[in-house]
Amino acid sequence: MKQGQNRFIISFLIVPLLLYGTFVLAPFAGAFAMSFTRWRGLSRNVSFAGLYNYDKLLHDDVFWTILGNNAKILLTFPIITMAIALFFAALFHQEAIRGATFFRIVFFFPQVISVSIIAILWSYVYHPTVGILNGFFELIHYEPLQRFPWLGDPDTILPCIIVIAIWQAVGFYMVLLIAGMQSIPGELYEAARIDGANSWKLFWRITVPLTWETIRTSIIFMAIGSMDMFAYVQILTKEGGPSHSGDVLARYLYDQAILQSNFSYGATIGVVLLVIVMSLSVISMHLTRRDPLWN
Amino acid sequence: MQLTKTSNAKSAVAAPKLKLAGRRTLFMTLIYLLLAAWTVAVVFPMIWSVVNSFKTDRAIFFDPWALPDQIRFDNWERAWTSARIGEFFANTLIVVVPALTLTLLFASMVAYVIACFEFRGRGIVFSVFVAGMMFPIFLGLVPLYLITQDLHLRNSFIGLILVYIAYSLPFTVFFMTGFFRGIPRDFLEVSAVDGANHYQTFFRIMLPMARPGLVSVGIFNFISMWNQYILPTIMIDSAMEGERTKYVLAQGLYYLQAKQQFANDWSGLFAAVTIVMVPTMIVYALFFNRIQGGFAGALKG
Repeated sequence: MKQGQNRFIISFLIVPLLLYGTFVLAPFAGAFAMSFTRWRGLSRNVSFAGLYNYDKLLHDDVFWTILGNNAKILLTFPIITMAIALFFAALFHQEAIRGATFFRIVFFFPQVISVSIIAILWSYVYHPTVGILNGFFELIHYEPLQRFPWLGDPDTILPCIIVIAIWQAVGFYMVLLIAGMQSIPGELYEAARIDGANSWKLFWRITVPLTWETIRTSIIFMAIGSMDMFAYVQILTKEGGPSHSGDVLARYLYDQAILQSNFSYGATIGVVLLVIVMSLSVISMHLTRRDPLWN
Repeated sequence: MQLTKTSNAKSAVAAPKLKLAGRRTLFMTLIYLLLAAWTVAVVFPMIWSVVNSFKTDRAIFFDPWALPDQIRFDNWERAWTSARIGEFFANTLIVVVPALTLTLLFASMVAYVIACFEFRGRGIVFSVFVAGMMFPIFLGLVPLYLITQDLHLRNSFIGLILVYIAYSLPFTVFFMTGFFRGIPRDFLEVSAVDGANHYQTFFRIMLPMARPGLVSVGIFNFISMWNQYILPTIMIDSAMEGERTKYVLAQGLYYLQAKQQFANDWSGLFAAVTIVMVPTMIVYALFFNRIQGGFAGALKG
């Protein structure tokens, strides 16, 4: 019986583990190993190179420019998205809003369409001649921005991409926050209202502290998401925009490894990204840790 | 005299209340304006795309704010055939249907074993799968590209299916483990008493009981696989003009968008986007509660 059971367990685990090991775990481990090699082109002349790739990365000006872009995304995208999502979530939770279900359905919608559709939809918005944005400025006869190339200007390209990311993420985090708020007992609000607290006070004193765990998880995931943005940048910009002004690390990795066959250098960028993502998770977990006496 | 005094006192009390009510109305008006603004921001680019898919290129260029003069489907037809959306659509189905089915099967098997049996390494197996939920796909892209190349799985539907399964397992295993843990142990024992072996118990009793969970996690996986962009970009090489391609939809749209810069077939591109977007809209409208729940669950883990 016991032996039969073990055989059963193994038979159920073997195929999934094999798939997962081959296509998910091995690549993650492989990225580390590869970052210490020199590997260019499709010829398999792999040689151990120590920290060569890391040294190259440190002296790569493009890398630093792009890292700066990711930092700008990290400092804006999670905060703005959280502010808007939290506002809407608290609104639907605390106040009686007519049509709340309708708004919730609509706001969430960008989450279910493909990133490539989102990118193309926004390419219509930003397009210099047939775009919605410039069409609007033309409609109100605002001359200075006529035919302005939103995605071709180094000053606007990154903000334009951040706007898309926010637009896409708000509905999702709103739904997540609403789910978190559902566990707050309604009596708390009633009692506070009787004591004369207004909506603003209810929000800061009850809603935010009691949804803190969800807010925290959301911030961590948005911080990790700030390191992605691959599809938007790849579809909307020409190789990261003018002198990489709209580029992100994920696209640079793809560019180096897949397009230019600089495999070990691409893997090194991947390792650096992994380290950044892991540090970000740890840092945001610490920053958002709630003092038990706070409240 | 007495009367006026009371009414005065009353109005003195009522005045701030009235002012408060006025402020409240103003506040709520502002709120609804904001809600309307965000609704427009979300919906407008999509509606713009649908409307333009019925217009001619001339109209899109010279009369961007006008509605189409007639409902024409020739853009749609062109998108489906000459822009090869039909081909991409078929490719996506060929990949997603088996990948989704096998993901649900494999993840249920792992989850069932983790949830209902004691064995050495159980905790490790579970944490190894769950750890996969934390890391974004692109971190391991380069080795994935090389591994699949060595196994001759690049540019093949089977390769894409296997990779989709592998990357869907972490969340699905996590979700289904929770689900199987919720099923009372008695069912296992009753089934054993009836003389059923482990396989029969799983396929005849446990899997059917897990159906509600499978539907939720299945819809979630379907949407993620349908929309998957980065994995096919790594796995499937660029489409050659005139040759049958293995591009999936998300990728095909990018290809059309890139080609667009030379072809200038705006109405065709709008139609292509609309064709891809509308089925998702319908699925979402039908299942939005489940979908929202599934996505929220994905992150809570």
